[in-house]
Amino acid sequence: MLRLPRFQYHAPRSLTGALELASRHANEFMYIAGGTDLLPNMKHLLFEPPHLISLRGLRELDFIEVQGGGGIRIGALTTLTRIAESDLARRELPSLAQAAGLVAGPQIRNMGTLGGNVCLDTRCVYYNQTLFWRKALGYCLKKDGSQCHVVQSGKRCVAAHSADTVPALITLGAAVELQSPRGAREIRLEDFFSGDGVKNTVREADEIITAVRIPPQPRGRRANYTKVRIRNSIDFPILSIALAVDFREDGRTCDNVELVMTALGSKPRRIGNLHGVVEGRALTAEVIQAVAHQAHRQAHPLTNINVDPEWRREVAPVYVRRALERAVRAG
Amino acid sequence: MSKKLNEMPVSNPNKGRTFKVVGRQPRKPEGLKKVSGEALYTDDIVLPRMLHAKILRSIHAHARIRKIDASKALALPGVHAVVTGNDMPIAYGIIPWTQDEYPLCTDKTRFVGDGVAAVAAVDEDTANRALELIEVEYEVLPAVLSPEQAREHPEIKVNEKAKDGNLSKHVFLEFGDMEGGFARADVVDEDHFYFENTTHAPIEPHCAIGQYDRNGVLTVWSSTQVPHYLHRELARVLNLPQNRVRVIQPLVGGAFGGKSEPFDLEFCVAKLAMITGRPVKILYTREEVFYSHRGRHPMEMTYRTGATKDGKLTAIDAKITFDGGAYSSFGLVTAYYSGQLLTAPYQMPAYRFDSSRWFTNKPACGPKRGHGSVQPRFAFEVQLDKIAHRLNLDPIELRRRNFIGEYTETINGLRITSNGFLECLDAVEKASGWKERRGKLPFGKGLGVAGSMYISGTNYPIYPNEMPQSAVLVRLDRSGRAVIFCGASEIGQGVNAMLANILCEELGTALADVQVVSSDTDLTPIDLGAYSSRVTFMCGNACIDAARKLRKQILEACAEKLQTSPEDLDILPGEVVCLKDTAKRLSTPEAFQLAEAKSGSLAATGSFKTNPLGGDYRGGTIGASPAYSFTAHVAEVTVDPGAGFVTVDRIWIAHDCGKAINPILVEGQMEGSAYMGCAEAIMEAQTYNSKGMHIGPSLLDYRIPTSLDTPEMQSLIIESIDPEGPYGAKEAGEGPLHPSIPAVANAIFDAVGVRLTRLPFTPAVVLKALREKEERERRAAPAAAGGQ
Repeated sequence: MLRLPRFQYHAPRSLTGALELASRHANEFMYIAGGTDLLPNMKHLLFEPPHLISLRGLRELDFIEVQGGGGIRIGALTTLTRIAESDLARRELPSLAQAAGLVAGPQIRNMGTLGGNVCLDTRCVYYNQTLFWRKALGYCLKKDGSQCHVVQSGKRCVAAHSADTVPALITLGAAVELQSPRGAREIRLEDFFSGDGVKNTVREADEIITAVRIPPQPRGRRANYTKVRIRNSIDFPILSIALAVDFREDGRTCDNVELVMTALGSKPRRIGNLHGVVEGRALTAEVIQAVAHQAHRQAHPLTNINVDPEWRREVAPVYVRRALERAVRAG
Repeated sequence: MSKKLNEMPVSNPNKGRTFKVVGRQPRKPEGLKKVSGEALYTDDIVLPRMLHAKILRSIHAHARIRKIDASKALALPGVHAVVTGNDMPIAYGIIPWTQDEYPLCTDKTRFVGDGVAAVAAVDEDTANRALELIEVEYEVLPAVLSPEQAREHPEIKVNEKAKDGNLSKHVFLEFGDMEGGFARADVVDEDHFYFENTTHAPIEPHCAIGQYDRNGVLTVWSSTQVPHYLHRELARVLNLPQNRVRVIQPLVGGAFGGKSEPFDLEFCVAKLAMITGRPVKILYTREEVFYSHRGRHPMEMTYRTGATKDGKLTAIDAKITFDGGAYSSFGLVTAYYSGQLLTAPYQMPAYRFDSSRWFTNKPACGPKRGHGSVQPRFAFEVQLDKIAHRLNLDPIELRRRNFIGEYTETINGLRITSNGFLECLDAVEKASGWKERRGKLPFGKGLGVAGSMYISGTNYPIYPNEMPQSAVLVRLDRSGRAVIFCGASEIGQGVNAMLANILCEELGTALADVQVVSSDTDLTPIDLGAYSSRVTFMCGNACIDAARKLRKQILEACAEKLQTSPEDLDILPGEVVCLKDTAKRLSTPEAFQLAEAKSGSLAATGSFKTNPLGGDYRGGTIGASPAYSFTAHVAEVTVDPGAGFVTVDRIWIAHDCGKAINPILVEGQMEGSAYMGCAEAIMEAQTYNSKGMHIGPSLLDYRIPTSLDTPEMQSLIIESIDPEGPYGAKEAGEGPLHPSIPAVANAIFDAVGVRLTRLPFTPAVVLKALREKEERERRAAPAAAGGQ
């Protein structure tokens, strides 16, 4: 069995307590919530923090609540199982509930939290390996090395963003609330990700995601989430598609389509140039085909995932088309 | 030889028997302990003062070891010893003629992951730290990573034991009139197939503990499936007399062939225990399990098959090239099995195979469930389907027409006794609704059939010896309890249950009163191990032999007491009854007490040895088995033509196991086999990058189906009642794997009209085949429109 490196474990009971510990152990700690991503990575010696500050005791961050203006706030410590099974989420934010319910397997969802999923480390076939394996390879850009094995001449890490909930949240216009010893801030989730796979979020090491805020959704919006993977459980996505379609009152005419795909490069990709294609039109086969065509043009899978990138690119429009057809049928 | 080869049994003593326990479905004796966590596996054993060891592995696919400096590691507090290849310079290997491995590499490393040194320390973390401190100076050598490279570059010698370049083994055998066979064929089909490398992925990683006591006795606990061979090799390599070595195999958490030869960890814990005087344990990481491998050989196969227009086979010509990895393992046998085990259940008038195994700088391949014959079976059964389609014959009908029959001999000299293959075909045809549904399902849905046969144990041991194949000692005591001592390996397949069920059948004991002590070389008589599906046939017969000796003693003692003759008594569960006067009864403990008093002790041994079998030519004994099982599957699939995903919805499995001693265990083996085959059909692949590195040695990257990806399965047990098997039983653990892969391939053809010949059938492969078909049809369309 792989061994965890040694660390000191801290279990604060409050946000203030956690932030105090963060100040005390500055630069020598990592936060841990469910641990389902961090601990395997630590066993691979990708991270060896001397201190782990656990957020599990921060019960104040475990909630799903409706806000005054109709938006929904979800505490960062809310488990993925709770979101997947929440009546409120399933009714108001179906694509998020679907995405949460498709993460890994049941045991992981019982432990994994929304905040943890949003902060999921990027993944790559040359990175998520043991120290022995990485040594035999000669290491890589993301950890201990200087060469990218996905893009041979690449200067920037392209490890794959693989969090299921994120593309869904971006289509819903979500923002993350962050708290650090220096104060609080809020960032649109779309702006939360940098394009660098080594550290693909703008979160500072001592910042805790406290909540995810989802604004009130337009009336007539239909959203869904598609996760493509080889097995029907456990696997990370090899392609994922979050869709939100805004229909006018007639339930047929489309105002807008939000389409975000991930498991490509280091950040989720918003498929652009859709407005002109869909606005004021019914989602006919022709229009759907045009949207799918944009997805095919803009999505570029890489060999950072061990599933044929050519095939993934080829099927991207197929799954986009199916997602749109589902949205039409849902009316 | 006193008896001639392949003598056919003159009668079938197993026909028409009735049973009291056999055929029912009692629980596995160790089942509750396993589900509750009470059962002990090797890693559960913790001995006082035990050290933990780790193995330093090569980061190069091929390198000469110039120098190893372990001084810094030895200086680390908590480190007790370091061993390298020079400490164990005797080669080992499961096949006596191809011993080409060392516990740790002596001069060079031959794949990424090959063992170089081992450290024993107070705990795993210290041992891991010490590994980082061992300095190895390598001279990196060019590596060969495919059979083609191995053939083209004989100057890059992977394995010095190879006589000719990098050729590990070549077998060429020809039977019957090949030229004549092809000459009278109305159709001849030639196809190329590829079977990808797959591995066993048992949930329990390999684990071993060594202990060397003050009396100079070495004890090794290991998660092996061959304690006897391990015993021999430990003694030989460590230069100890065999009577100073004891091997104990605790319960094993899955093996599937992946634990059927000695591995580096067993020698390392033994040597380190001898050096330190303390017990030493090694538990492989999951990554190391992938490097120890010995899984399915990747094979490139070309089959040319001729048939008459009514579907009768006339000749089969096979050429097979396989990638063996860096060491021989069972490769010599694999090379033979790749051809020898194809010759039933269909009559082959002429047959030839030409198999070559090549050494490459990758982890060694070996036996995985259905050793050597799963790959050829895939190719051949897909080709049969093609021929049936070409001749416009129902694929089941084509198989029926070529049925070899029972109590016959195959073209390569294998003696076939009972054969329920036709009943298997009937059963899957009926259960799947084949006649009504095949070819009539909507586009994207399809049904496919395939058949196969497999051995019930190899007729000859791995090394020549005169011992029985299996022996059993049974001891009864006055309380009514029984203990069965047997060398057989319980690896989850149910050998303990099988032995206990036999004893209950023969002696009337309650299942709860039977204890099975298995696979401890000090306590148990000989058994050669859990491989080649030999256990039920061989240990089962040995157990019946021992039990019947005791039965005679018990009946004689009871007859004396009840003043009747032994012939008038019968043993029922819990009692002995006089058939002529049923008021005369004795409980099982009473009966045992009487027998013990009369004979002084109550113990008996039984054994089993096979008769001379096989073909009268070089290699003709490889593939010879006292009995063969037969299987037919129908698979139902759904293909997503947009993305290429194949979903296996259902598999109907009909298997002729002779007689199901415990039907629930037989069904478990049938379902487990079909699951494993289905996984290889749609998902599993073990591949290597350009540096010779395994691309993902973990259970996240090496994907095996989850419960959500597993088809519904229906097991249909066929009992042909073998004349020589225990109560008529044959094997059930490996045979039922074979047809699942070609059945899925043939179902995909029925569903979407594409022939897939390269495994696994990933969505990318399926989609590409569909696109190519569309392209072909597009091109053909204007031509078909008729020269306008």
